[in-house]
Amino acid sequence: MFGFILRRLGLLIPTFIGVSLVAFFFIRLLPGDPVLLMAGERGISPARYAELMSRFGFDLPLWRQFLSYFNSLLHGDFGTSISTKKPIFTEFFTLFPATLELSFCAVIFAVVLGVPAGVIAAVKRNSWFDHTAMATALVGYSMPIFWWALLLIIVFSGMLGWTPVSGRISLTFFFPKVTGFMLIDSLLSGKAGAFRSAASHLILPTIVLGTIPLAVIARQTRSAMLEVLGEDYIRTAKAKGLSPFRVVAVHALRNALIPVITTIGLQIGVLMAGAILTETIFSWPGIGKWMVDSIFRRDYPAVQGGLVLIALIVMAVNLVVDMLYGLVNPKIRHQR
Amino acid sequence: MPILEISNLSVDFRTVGGEFRAVDGVSMTVEPGEIVSIVGESGSGKSVSMLALMGLLPWTATITADRMMFDGKDLLTISPRQRRRIIGKDMAMIFQEPMSSLNPCYTVGWQIGEVLEAHLGLNKRARRDRTVELLELVGIPSAAERLDTYPHQMSGGMNQRVMIAMAIACNPKLLIADEPTTALDVTIQAQILDLLAKLQRDTGMALVLITHDMGVVAETADRVSVQYAGQKVEEQPVAELFADPHHPYTAALLSALPERATTRRLPSIPGVVPGQYDRPTGCLFSPRCDFATERCVEKVPPVQGAAAGHALCHYPLNQGKPVGHPGPAAILDRRLSA
Repeated sequence: MFGFILRRLGLLIPTFIGVSLVAFFFIRLLPGDPVLLMAGERGISPARYAELMSRFGFDLPLWRQFLSYFNSLLHGDFGTSISTKKPIFTEFFTLFPATLELSFCAVIFAVVLGVPAGVIAAVKRNSWFDHTAMATALVGYSMPIFWWALLLIIVFSGMLGWTPVSGRISLTFFFPKVTGFMLIDSLLSGKAGAFRSAASHLILPTIVLGTIPLAVIARQTRSAMLEVLGEDYIRTAKAKGLSPFRVVAVHALRNALIPVITTIGLQIGVLMAGAILTETIFSWPGIGKWMVDSIFRRDYPAVQGGLVLIALIVMAVNLVVDMLYGLVNPKIRHQR
Repeated sequence: MPILEISNLSVDFRTVGGEFRAVDGVSMTVEPGEIVSIVGESGSGKSVSMLALMGLLPWTATITADRMMFDGKDLLTISPRQRRRIIGKDMAMIFQEPMSSLNPCYTVGWQIGEVLEAHLGLNKRARRDRTVELLELVGIPSAAERLDTYPHQMSGGMNQRVMIAMAIACNPKLLIADEPTTALDVTIQAQILDLLAKLQRDTGMALVLITHDMGVVAETADRVSVQYAGQKVEEQPVAELFADPHHPYTAALLSALPERATTRRLPSIPGVVPGQYDRPTGCLFSPRCDFATERCVEKVPPVQGAAAGHALCHYPLNQGKPVGHPGPAAILDRRLSA
C-alpha cells in the first residue's frame, strides 16, 4: 500500500509540470494583456505601458518568464494577483471553502440519488422506473448546464419565489467566518434563520452542479449492477436463502460499487469545470467565479496559480479514490 | 417417504425466438440418505430442473409440474419467503464454478457464517466456532487461519470445499451438487467426490449429483437418472444401469467410456443435443440413434416399465438387443439424406 502511494505520488510530477506549462501558455494565447485591460477605455501612454510591463516582468522572453514562474512554484510561491495585489495562495484558499461546500453538496446529491436510482433500475430492469430513470439521466447528462441553471432560476426563484437567485446567504446576516463553510458557520452564529437562508441559497447551485454527476453515476450504477446480478456468487447468495434485499444490498452492491467509485472520482474533475459555470451564474463566491473574473482581467498569475492548485486538488482526490478501491475490493488490496 | 418427489416437471424459457422447453416432463424421487445421479450431455436440462427446485431460475422461466414435494412441503404453492427458509438450510446446492460462486468481496469465514446467522441465528462467537468446525469437516488445513482469507487467495479445490462447508452448514436433508468437479483438476476431482461421499455417509443426507461424467456416476451414485434434451430417458440403480442399459442413449454413453472401449477408436455419439430450433418430431434422440426407424421419427415413444429402466423408447434394449425392433432393414439410413 505504501509503495503504491509512493508510485502514485511519483506520477504526479510529470502531471504537475504539464499542468503548469498549459496554464502558463494558455492564458497568454488570449488577446490583450493585464496592463491594457487595467488601463481600460481611456488607453495608456506607450512609455507608461512599457514601464508597467517591465515591472510585472512581462517584457522578458516567454521562456524566461516561464522559468521564473516555475521556479517560484517549486518554492511554494504561487505568485501575486495583479488586480488585487494579494498572494494567489491566500486568495485561492479564502474562496475555496465556498467551492468545496458546493461541490461536496453536489457530490452528495448525485451519490444519494444516483446510486439508489441505478440499483433500483437494475433490479427492476425494463420496468417503468428503469425506463423513466434512464431517460431522465440521459436528458440530465445532455443538458447544457447554464441553460439548466437559468431554467431553474426562472421557475423556482422567478415564478415560484421559493429560492434566492444568487449568493451564499442573505445580506441581512453577518457573522464571523470560522470554517468558511456557510452551512456550519451559520449554525455556529446562532442567528435565527441564518442556516435556513444559507441552505436555501445552496439548493439550486447544488442541483445544477450535481445534475451531470447524478446522471453519470445513475447510469454507471445500473450497468455495473446488471453485470454483477448475473454473476455466479449472486446465485450462491440466493441459494443460501437470503432475502432479496440482502442479496442486492450486501452481495451485489459492494461489487457493483467498484466501477461506480471510479466514476465518482472522475466526476470530481468534471465538477471543477462545472463549478466555473455554476458559480458564475449564481454569483457564488468560489474559485470558479474567481477564475472567470481573473481570465477576464487577464490576471496571468491568478489564472496560472488557480489552474495549478485546482489540478493538484483533482489529483489528490483521485489518489484518495484509488486508495478507496482497496477498501472496497480486497483483490486490489492484495495485489499491492 | 421420499425426501424429494417431482412429478412431470417442465420448465419453459421465454426467449427472443419464442418459448424454449429446457425440461420436459421429468419425474424423480429421492429417498432420504440416497445418492441419485442425474447424467446427460450439456444442454440436457440437468441443472435447470434442480435450479427450478431451488427457485433460482430467472423470471423468464415458467415452471409447471404435477407435484413437487420436498420434506412434506409443496414447493409449487409455497411462498418465496417460506422457500427461503428451506433453501440453504434443509435443501442446499453447490455449483460448477467454485471460483466465481463465492463473493470476491467477503472472507470465506464471513460467507459461511452468513448462512448460520440467517437460518440458525447463531451469534458471532458460535458462528466462528461452527465455521472452523465446518472447514475442518471439509478438509481445509489450519481452518482457524483460513477464516479471514478471501476466495481469490485460495485454489479452486479449496473454494469448492468452502462451498461444500457453506452448503452443509445447517445439516441439510438434501444436497444438490451441480457438476461440482467439472471446473477442477483431475486429482482434485477425486478428492472432492470422496469428500461428498464421506459427508453423505456421515450425515445421512440425500445427495443429488448432477454430472456428465459416467465414471463419477459409477463411483458414487446409488441410482441414476439419464436425461436427454430435457427428458428423462432412463432410470435404474447404478449396477443395473452399467450392466444392462435399456435406452440406446445410455448404451451409447456407456460405450463411449474409455474403460469399456472394444475398438481402437473410441466410439462417439454423432451430432449434438437438439436445440430450440431443431427439435425432431417423435423421439428426440432419433436423429442420433443407431436403431431409429420410421416409427421413431413419427411417434413420441412411450415410457417403458421398471423392468426396462423406465426407458423412453419404442424399442428398449435388453442386453444390447432392441426389443420388438423390426430388424436392420427398417433402420433409417441417414447418411443418404444428410
